[in-house]
Amino acid sequence: MVIDVDKCTGCQACTVACKVENNVPFTEPGQAAMGRVISWMELITTVEGDYPNVRIRYIPRPCMQCDDPPCIKVCPVSATYKNPEGLVAQIYPRCIGCRYCTNACPYTVKYFNWYLPEWPQDMQNYLNPDVAVRPKGVVEKCTFCVQRLQKAEEQAAVENRQLREGDYVPACVESCPSGAMYFGDLDDPNSKVAALADSARAFRLLEELGTEPKVYYLREGEWHGRVNAS
Amino acid sequence: MAESTPHDGGRDSAILQPILETGRRFYITTAVLLAIVGWAVIVWLLQLREGLGVTGLNRPVMWGIYITNFVFFIGLSHAGTLISAILRLCKAEWRRAITRCAETLTVLVLFIGMSNVLLDLGREDRVLNMIWNPHLRSPLLWDMISVTCYLTASSIYLFLPLIPDIAMIRDSTTKRRWLYRTLALGWQGTEKQWKRLERAITVMAVIVLPIAVSVHTVVSWVFGMTIQPMWHSTIFGPYFVAGAIFSGIAALIVTMAVLRWAYGLEEYFKLVHFRNLGALLLVMTLLWFYFTFSEFLTTYYGGEPSHMVVFDAKLWGPYAPLFWAMVACCFVIPFAILAPNRTRNIPGTVIASISVMIGMWLERYLIVVPTLANPRLAYPRGVYYPSWVELSLTAGCFAGFILLYALFSKVFPIISVWEIREGRTQGVDEAMERIKGYLPGAEKLSPV
Repeated sequence: MVIDVDKCTGCQACTVACKVENNVPFTEPGQAAMGRVISWMELITTVEGDYPNVRIRYIPRPCMQCDDPPCIKVCPVSATYKNPEGLVAQIYPRCIGCRYCTNACPYTVKYFNWYLPEWPQDMQNYLNPDVAVRPKGVVEKCTFCVQRLQKAEEQAAVENRQLREGDYVPACVESCPSGAMYFGDLDDPNSKVAALADSARAFRLLEELGTEPKVYYLREGEWHGRVNAS
Repeated sequence: MAESTPHDGGRDSAILQPILETGRRFYITTAVLLAIVGWAVIVWLLQLREGLGVTGLNRPVMWGIYITNFVFFIGLSHAGTLISAILRLCKAEWRRAITRCAETLTVLVLFIGMSNVLLDLGREDRVLNMIWNPHLRSPLLWDMISVTCYLTASSIYLFLPLIPDIAMIRDSTTKRRWLYRTLALGWQGTEKQWKRLERAITVMAVIVLPIAVSVHTVVSWVFGMTIQPMWHSTIFGPYFVAGAIFSGIAALIVTMAVLRWAYGLEEYFKLVHFRNLGALLLVMTLLWFYFTFSEFLTTYYGGEPSHMVVFDAKLWGPYAPLFWAMVACCFVIPFAILAPNRTRNIPGTVIASISVMIGMWLERYLIVVPTLANPRLAYPRGVYYPSWVELSLTAGCFAGFILLYALFSKVFPIISVWEIREGRTQGVDEAMERIKGYLPGAEKLSPV
């Protein structure tokens, strides 16, 4: 995944799309104030400088799907693991809720079900049937909408072909109105994401920790680059 | 060999008194403790039904006082093995009165420590997944293995020296006959049995030492193996072991003082025991300061931003009152009391020990919470206040421990009777021989 920070307007459509797609429960205001919101895709906001020279930065933060994830090493029951596609997956029925993985993740992308998740009656019928509703007391996190990947793979198998670019994108990427997010196969040198990840603007969060995140960001400054070039 | 015949003319009757007679004071204490434990059980059932939402935990502070208690209680357990096994192996004669109460401390406090992990789990019902689906790369799994080994080894190590005493009670009273008869394992006090027992005790003392060291090393690795700021530290292993021994000795001193007062054991827990343990506590005080100082100086000097955020939060930020209270409780107060000869007496060591226990609990808290509250990315900083549920369960843990200890001391002699007697009959001569052996020309010295 590549996220162009220059194009992000901070609208949080990705956050909402993610919640709907993945059956993420609502949080009461009191609980939210305690820091118990579950938001697999979270917008990190930083404010820099003093008035009047203030600058706000937005970083949409899904799970980094690290190639060397610190979270899976520490799980005592192998309830979080790297699946064959390279996604960091979570086995809800096995998780014992020790929250060691949430604490070991340097990006703090993991969430815990403090209570049994509940939806208003009207919403019950709109839950995504492809995504398991989590029980209380287990850890959950962004899966890059793995259920969409499974569907796309099945479709490709029916049509007797390989997975193509664009067959599968996560809900956040699909919903971004400013087109700030790109999704594809980083291993394929001809893919758009591979080209973007190679750009001079590309960076990864806390790269120095050696976690090898699979989410690339493009730093702000495309505009300046263009001015200088012309 | 020491006698295991019915107790002689009541010379050590003070030790057996609590087993034979129970006063009103005991019933009142037990009732109060039971009430606290009962309340904690009700609260625990509530937590089981509702989920961990009833705690004050949140994101990012996913671990709070349950984990603090876990580390703290496992730490206390280090007194038993250390004091008892090391002193036994060194043939330190002053150990005789205190080994049993130290070993008991270890075993009972381990149960409390382990139950705190259980309290912390989101899914207690799935705890056996650690056996069905073990993931050997997880420090938490190492922890389970290590603590289980420790509990097993220290239980055996507590039980072995109990056998002759149990047999003595079996032979001298009719109370709880079936219990003592079963647990005495047919002990008759024959020469062969004594030989085997002493050998077994020595072997267990040797085995239990490395396990004890491993336990708190592995507990520290739960934090140290992650890459989180101020957790990822190479000195955490020895730092935790030293801290564990430190708080363990303090717990032992307090336990001895309570037993001495409650059961009138002034004859056995003498000033010299408190002074010797106080000297050990003083050494550990200095060691604690050394470790803490090097840990914080290294972080400060390196000045890595993500580490400094946690560092600043501890020293001058929201955790500063707790941090400086910890420094006072773990270093300033015990050092001021224990260093001068004059104040290293029974009240002095007890006050220093209580201070150390408070300080060490704070230290554990300050390791767990500030790191979690300050994640690396620019999230809002975490705030954590333990809820009434967590406080109730913590109170239940402390009360539960005291209750278990009180009950144990009513069923088994809390001072090893045969070891005291052995000290009288053989220890004195043996020690004399040993001292002579240290001196040049020992063979020429006449017996005293």
